Amino acid sequence: MTDHISEEPTRRDFIYIAAGGAAAIGGALTIWPFIHQMNPAADTLALGSIRKDISSLAVGQEITIMFRGGPVFIRRRTEAEIAEAVDTPFDALPDDMARNENLPDDASAVDANRVLNPEFLIVKGNCTHLGCVPVGNGAGDYDGWFCPCHGSHYDASARIRRGPAPENLPVPTYIFENEGAVVKLGATSDEVAAAGWSVA
Amino acid sequence: MSHQSTYNPQTGFEKWLDARLPIVRLGYDSFVDFPTPRNLNYWYTFGGILAVFLVIQILSGVVLAMHYVPHVDHAFDSVERIRRDVNYGWLIQSMHANGAAFFFVAVYLHMFRGLYYGSYKSPREILWIIGVVIYLLMMAAAFMGYVLPWGQMSYWGATVITNLVGALPVVGEGIREWLWGDFAVGNATLNRFFSLHYLIPFLIAGLVILHIWALHVPGNNNPTGVEVKGKGDTLPFHPYYTVKDGFAIVLFLMIFAGFVFYLPNVLGHADNSIEANPLVTPAHIVPEWYFLPFYAILRAVTFDIGPISAKLGGVLAMFGAIGVLFVVPWLDGSPVKSMRYRPIAKWCFLIFVIACLGLGWCGAENPDNLVFEFGGVGMKFVVLSQILTAYYFAFFLVILPVLGFIEKPTERPASIEASVLGSSSNATPAE
Repeated sequence: MTDHISEEPTRRDFIYIAAGGAAAIGGALTIWPFIHQMNPAADTLALGSIRKDISSLAVGQEITIMFRGGPVFIRRRTEAEIAEAVDTPFDALPDDMARNENLPDDASAVDANRVLNPEFLIVKGNCTHLGCVPVGNGAGDYDGWFCPCHGSHYDASARIRRGPAPENLPVPTYIFENEGAVVKLGATSDEVAAAGWSVA
Repeated sequence: MSHQSTYNPQTGFEKWLDARLPIVRLGYDSFVDFPTPRNLNYWYTFGGILAVFLVIQILSGVVLAMHYVPHVDHAFDSVERIRRDVNYGWLIQSMHANGAAFFFVAVYLHMFRGLYYGSYKSPREILWIIGVVIYLLMMAAAFMGYVLPWGQMSYWGATVITNLVGALPVVGEGIREWLWGDFAVGNATLNRFFSLHYLIPFLIAGLVILHIWALHVPGNNNPTGVEVKGKGDTLPFHPYYTVKDGFAIVLFLMIFAGFVFYLPNVLGHADNSIEANPLVTPAHIVPEWYFLPFYAILRAVTFDIGPISAKLGGVLAMFGAIGVLFVVPWLDGSPVKSMRYRPIAKWCFLIFVIACLGLGWCGAENPDNLVFEFGGVGMKFVVLSQILTAYYFAFFLVILPVLGFIEKPTERPASIEASVLGSSSNATPAE
């Protein structure tokens, strides 16, 4: 056999690689718009905030409102519910994170990290298991919410206590306006910073 | 083997066309003169039935798309309008909805037949894999189609299934929003599902052509699993199998028509007659019946496996149950194709079929309900589904590979012809 060990690269080799590389990069760049078009559009993102008057809520009353296509629970808790949520031992919580978008990710799941005003519990209303809407008004074994789909129980702070759901119901960004009479859901990070949210 | 073409153009036009585009020759060689094993039984007619149902679904679907409005405010009402006001809409909508169910009846029988007679074995692995891809696309089309009427079960089925993707670590939530095009299942989701639901049947049609191509290279398998050896083993496709397939298609369509005309809603769910409401979840969410076994497998994983959460584990098990089908040709080590001659595999297969049906039953029930109760003790459905899920995977991952080593097959016929005419027959003189 003759040896072709050190054959010099030719101009044609260079053209092959350059053309192939340009086609690959160009192809990848062309694919991106076709993928990204499926992400939430600008107007969808702009529907980010709504206001709700909560001054007429009675103690122990609960309402569900639509926010970003899904339900949000607003519950005016009783003294007993607040006490129960505060007194729950930390090691009884399967998920020990606050899941509060107003606070840093590493905030713990104590009740004080779940609310701005302990009287009003405001959480997103889709079960963290597969997205069903749990039944509220003190349902379940822990006086909070119960998801009928696969049997998750949430407590009076909407923290997961038993069942397949992996996480506590998340707290959306919000602030109070008009001396607490109105809640603004989808508050900006500046508004959140000025509203008095702090890690307990 | 691809056989020698015997097409003989008679008229001047046929000769002119054949020299330019031999499409009549292709049809003649594929569906008229194609040599087909002479012993195919009625389990082999479901391929033809499936082709008919693909056509039914595409034709009825094209019509429905002329009247359907893919918008969250109008979708539900537009389907009700089709069922009440559009001329023959009640018929065409019923054909499409029930057609999906019968499509799955046929595909499951087709797949069980392939498993029993070893139709996935060499040289038909590619044929089998294309079939599994078609099955996956059917599931995607059926899932998205079920969302379009925008009833409660449509909406919450879509929510639960797309939330499964959220179980994936790190990228899960991003992919979920990408699928939704929103922060929840909404109008963007409905629009894209409609677009893809219209696209997928044509992808399936393309794959069906590849499926038939991959079938016609080695030729049909048959109930003996013995390959075609000579001319005496085969019959021309027409008229022998056009008639046999045609008869089966007519019988199957009669049952289908019974549902279309007299039981149009029996396979549906009452909750889907309520318009989608993102604030209220139905008490009991179930998928369409043809997904129930996989839904049961999803819910059977109620425990964490090491770093894998129960939620992710369930998702992996569900997709694994379909994914395992891709590698069946390499899991089954037995050189004998047909389970007719595999005394142990035959019984394991029967239990496998029962396990699949049992999983369907579990998928329809609340996991915490009791299968039976006897003197205060009983078994929950979740436990039954765990047992059956274990068997489902054991059948593919343990039983089929192990039987390849330990099973002693019974005696097989020398040829297809001998199996049909009996071993004592001397119909074929030695040549």
